[in-house]
Amino acid sequence: MQTHQYEALIVGGGGAGLMAALYASRGARTAVISKLYPTRSHTGTAQGGIGAALGNLEEDRPEWHAFDTVKGGDYLTDQDAALVLAEGAIEAVIELEHLGLPFDRTPEGRISQRRFGGHTSNFGGKPVRRACHSADRTGHMILQTLYQQCIKNNVTFFDEYHVVDLIRNGDAVVGVVAVNIDSGELHVFHSKAVLFATGGWGRVWEVTSNAHTLTGDGNVITYRRGVPMQDMEFFQFHPTGIYKMGILITEGVRGEGGVLLNDRGERFMEHYAPSIKDLASRDVVSRAIFLELRAGRGIKGQNYVHLDVTPETVNRYLAEAGESRRITGEYIESKLPDILDFCRTYLGVDPVKEPMPIQPTAHYGMGGIPTDLDGRAVIDAQRTPLPGLYAAGECACVSVHGANRLGTNSLTDLIVFGLRSGKHMAQYCQGTDFTPLPSNPAGEIEAELERIRHASGTRKPYELRAEMQKVMMQQVSVFRTAEGMQEAVNTIQRLQDEYRNNLVIDDHGQRFNSDLLEAWELGCLLDIAQVTTASALAREESRGAHSREDFPKRDDEQWMVHTLAYRTADGGVELNHDKPVDLSLAAKDERFKPKERVY
Amino acid sequence: MQVTMRIRRFNPEKDKKPYWGEYTLDNVEPNDRVLELLHRVKWEQDGTLSFRRSCAHGVCGSDGMRINGVNRLACKVLVNALGEGDHVKIQVEPMLGLQVLKDLIVDMEPFFEHYRSVMPYFVNNDPVPADGRERLQSAAARARFDDTTKCILCACCTTSCPSFWADGKYVGPAAIVQAHRFIFDDRDQAADERLKIMREPDGVWRCRTIFNCTSACPRDIEVTRAIGEVKMAIRRGGRGAIQETEGTEEAGGEG
Repeated sequence: MQTHQYEALIVGGGGAGLMAALYASRGARTAVISKLYPTRSHTGTAQGGIGAALGNLEEDRPEWHAFDTVKGGDYLTDQDAALVLAEGAIEAVIELEHLGLPFDRTPEGRISQRRFGGHTSNFGGKPVRRACHSADRTGHMILQTLYQQCIKNNVTFFDEYHVVDLIRNGDAVVGVVAVNIDSGELHVFHSKAVLFATGGWGRVWEVTSNAHTLTGDGNVITYRRGVPMQDMEFFQFHPTGIYKMGILITEGVRGEGGVLLNDRGERFMEHYAPSIKDLASRDVVSRAIFLELRAGRGIKGQNYVHLDVTPETVNRYLAEAGESRRITGEYIESKLPDILDFCRTYLGVDPVKEPMPIQPTAHYGMGGIPTDLDGRAVIDAQRTPLPGLYAAGECACVSVHGANRLGTNSLTDLIVFGLRSGKHMAQYCQGTDFTPLPSNPAGEIEAELERIRHASGTRKPYELRAEMQKVMMQQVSVFRTAEGMQEAVNTIQRLQDEYRNNLVIDDHGQRFNSDLLEAWELGCLLDIAQVTTASALAREESRGAHSREDFPKRDDEQWMVHTLAYRTADGGVELNHDKPVDLSLAAKDERFKPKERVY
Repeated sequence: MQVTMRIRRFNPEKDKKPYWGEYTLDNVEPNDRVLELLHRVKWEQDGTLSFRRSCAHGVCGSDGMRINGVNRLACKVLVNALGEGDHVKIQVEPMLGLQVLKDLIVDMEPFFEHYRSVMPYFVNNDPVPADGRERLQSAAARARFDDTTKCILCACCTTSCPSFWADGKYVGPAAIVQAHRFIFDDRDQAADERLKIMREPDGVWRCRTIFNCTSACPRDIEVTRAIGEVKMAIRRGGRGAIQETEGTEEAGGEG
């Protein structure tokens, strides 16, 4: 077995991982390990923009951004983190520009900005232009720019190495085990510090915007090694996924003036968010769509509504609102080229001429590995750091997104906290020695992979996965009840049992054994489904993306706390609700105190 | 409808040489993606079938392959684009010009080596603006290289290029697209160095203007045009000159 030694290891090559790598590598011997080529990472699919209060087109301030983030998160957001995010965003976006990122430009040559859901001026006033964008492929540009800079700075990459375990020696974090996907061999990576930046886990659900590879690996690897998962009941359904396929249609469509219409042609968001309408937070809009569908107002009675960005419709509503701005088909072509391409390719629908059929799609995990403001994993309600373990990006929970993430804040999160984690790791590595590896560090994971490779049951991974995705979509999505979630708990338990005792795969070989690795990923998805459902069942209130029909009100008396979920020795979930939300801004400023959330 | 998938198979642990596997799928929808069909073969019939994929909507660039003889992303080509009626035949094979590792998976290392050889990163050694803000760039200057920023490094262009098939040392269209993206960015300062790389024997002059790359690009980048602009920049002796004239033209055009 090959053993490598680096001071700092970054697991995952998306935006958070690459940003961290750029900074960590300035002070520590660093390697990035990714199960994909880094440019395949899902950061590349982010469309609309990255939020930062640059104020290039109108007045904006970081405090306003922090306020929107806190309110958008339905007050579960840690307020110290929201301020760090909002203040750090400005520097971070400017740094991306200095690294060459080709932002769209204003007539004055500055970074162009547009409106996005939930982003307002002056503590909840009018929508503000805060999303810095590069057409509708902002994430692509971020991913490419960071990868390019990593090449420039000779960052070491292990591409197509699939990390499957975290190595601990006693309490210390001492490295990871990875499968070289090409050869099938296990490699041990010995390190002083490990950062997980493995992204999301949208593949738990049936309809999702997420890549096939988003299976929550980092969260589950650390969970199985004693680290909790935080706030897993909060998973965002983005309102506008392409009907049935789940492919994301950016909120930027609504930022440019697009509106949601039901079967009667009503702009129904006027009823749910009278002030900012279609630009309300994502949880609000997704619930509105569900309610419209439930009331039988889906298009032609089907399970979708329309998103209309045709110039005719947009201009009509702009005129109604008394705005002087008008748009043309050409303008839409220049601002949303990829969206037009998706719709033309996959639906045969031309959004310049006709509305798009959309439905909510599983999109983003607000929860994850709990961390502090420097990306250090914190493992209990007292926020005690686990030295040497870091997380950043979607797999982490700082928590800036609270119960619901605002659009554009995912990109901001991964740049701001990727940077802070990378810096902290470099410092940490300089002041720390290597802890020796334990004996046979890959033994356990090797046994588990061999069990899967040669399992002789009857159920194939895709069957179990499909069952899980279906029950999660039906019972643990936009609206939830105790009864439905109990059904999900039972189903997942049965599936986990079948996974352990009745699995079979076809490929028993070594090289590029994606049959084996997909099966291992299914184990991760099942653990995430289990933790998500247990966390959601316990939280008897409605907040942000977690909407209980049997507990429809937010309960600040009891639930201004984060959920911590620990794995028990027998594979169960133990929940802890002793970690209070940080309210440090509210302590100084009334406006940050929790109140009813109205858009 | 029913689809017969004819897939080029090769398992280095078992097979001496590649062979064709045939798989029949029922209940296929005309707007299913080829990637979905590959998944159905893998999940329902033969788990040993190996291919790369991730985002499944044409953005990550993982699943470039040769479908009915043309390089495509499997997630971006629908069954109805390949045939109509009750029965459709689809042939899938790995991209050409790179070594096959297993089934539809090719060795991407030579491709990324060419990518790295063209300085595919932003260079500007001036101090950043004193006000701590962004460098300014006009919308027209930004538009100048927009097309080549779209590249997702899927290799569909390079592995459809006869010049690359003939000699893998040719840097290939994708790497030239990357060079173009920076050569024509007026904030960048390394255009001359990149043009020097492009002038070398394995550089841009190996292009014979066959246009396969442009037809293959799933992002609709005008690859051949970009290559032509790099050739032109070499002839004119650098991007400085070309940018001055073009900038003037564009400013005039924009009115």
